Amino acid sequence: MTTTNSSPTAPKPSDDDPLAKPLAPAHTGSALTFRLGLAAAIFMGAMLVFGLVISGPEINQRDSARLLYIHLPSVAATYLGFLVTLVGSVIYLRTKSLFWDMLAGASAEIGVVFCAGLLFSGAVWGKPTWGVYWQWDPRLTSTAVMFVMYLGYLALRRMDLPPDVRSRRAAILGIASFANVIVVHYSVQWWRGLHQGRTLGVDTQIDGLMLFSLFLGLVAFVLTFAWLLVHRFRVAWLSHQVEELGLARALAERRAETDPTGRGRTP
Amino acid sequence: MVHDIWLMASKDLKVEFVSRVVASQIVPFGLLILILFGLGLSPDLVVVGDERRSVLEEVAPGLFWIAVLLSALMALGRAFAIEAEDGNLDALRMAGMDPMGVFLGKSLAVAAQLLVLEVILGLGAFVLFGVPLANPVLLVMTALFATVCITLAGTLYASLAAGSTSRDTLVPLLVLPVLAPVLLGATLATRDALFADPGVLGWSWALLLVVFALLYLGLGMLAFGPILEDA
Repeated sequence: MTTTNSSPTAPKPSDDDPLAKPLAPAHTGSALTFRLGLAAAIFMGAMLVFGLVISGPEINQRDSARLLYIHLPSVAATYLGFLVTLVGSVIYLRTKSLFWDMLAGASAEIGVVFCAGLLFSGAVWGKPTWGVYWQWDPRLTSTAVMFVMYLGYLALRRMDLPPDVRSRRAAILGIASFANVIVVHYSVQWWRGLHQGRTLGVDTQIDGLMLFSLFLGLVAFVLTFAWLLVHRFRVAWLSHQVEELGLARALAERRAETDPTGRGRTP
Repeated sequence: MVHDIWLMASKDLKVEFVSRVVASQIVPFGLLILILFGLGLSPDLVVVGDERRSVLEEVAPGLFWIAVLLSALMALGRAFAIEAEDGNLDALRMAGMDPMGVFLGKSLAVAAQLLVLEVILGLGAFVLFGVPLANPVLLVMTALFATVCITLAGTLYASLAAGSTSRDTLVPLLVLPVLAPVLLGATLATRDALFADPGVLGWSWALLLVVFALLYLGLGMLAFGPILEDA
């Protein structure tokens, strides 16, 4: 078997050896992710200070209204996640570029995480406001359906089919599923439910400090989303390379078995 | 394309006629679900407005459609399981079948089987749950529209998992969320057809099912070609 040891004392593999390709970095961090993560942490901290300490309680809901500062940013990150999945899916179908396929998958995964946070923060908020954790309100119900739909999308991405087949079908599903995101967004306008209407609009009436805390939350969550997305994308990229490496190694082994020169055999 | 639809549908129905999987397994499964609902939900009386109904009677429309959906999942899985061996979907494509023909033909075959299933389950629900029937025309139209929705969306989403070994577990996860609005519309329209409840606009919900059927048809026409391309 060919050696994969890259220490200086090991014999250097020849150039045509598929295993001689430089190995991918062992981690997913970089200067970009460090800056993104740092900025996300700073904004998150600022949001907590403004949201919990500096801004006052709301008139009707008192302190529970502070959940807005994480609930609405979770919505934004969820929508953003599924939007990137939509864009990645469309571009993948046009270009067949693995980059966009992986980006779509990574983004959906993080969108699902934020969607879970969104449902959780909504339930926690529902208890003091509505008296129950869950209401069969159009927005809540459509959000729950959206959540399981994207869980289905992630499950589809793990199908044991050839990668190009799997990617194409995932792209089709990634595009079709976005219809439900639109339903979720307009559900408060299409049906009269318990959930309040749009929070931010041209006629928004909201206290300046609260609005600023909300703004900090939005920036913090979008930065966190971007930070997670870059990391998750790189994990996907690395695991893809590991798969290819495994294939290359298997090929090299098969070749070594029939290689008359004995090159690549275990000494 | 009409010829391909007919070829595909008649082929699938012939396979069913010989194998009798739907008749001998899926229909009994649906009836079993109805019986289990009866055991799981107590048949006590509840008061709705000035009427006295049993719990089962009150929720019968929803139970019926859930039983249909769960049985439909099996029928949909079956529709692609019979193509799983020897790369049959590839063979269909190489035989020059129009992808639309395959999609609509498969949908048609599943729809025919589902309609039979619904008649039997419907009779079962009438007997077991003791529901009245106020508007038979609305009931039949609702069943037709909902069946078209279930088969079009179901065939499309089930085809996404075709060929995978995790197909059996993946198809329900993909198909059921898409059919959630159909369950809602069909249940409310059926409610109106059975009880003539004031305040439930049965025909509006039935028409909403038509809109959904058209949406799923459009989506299927766009997406099925690319899905079949690689199967």
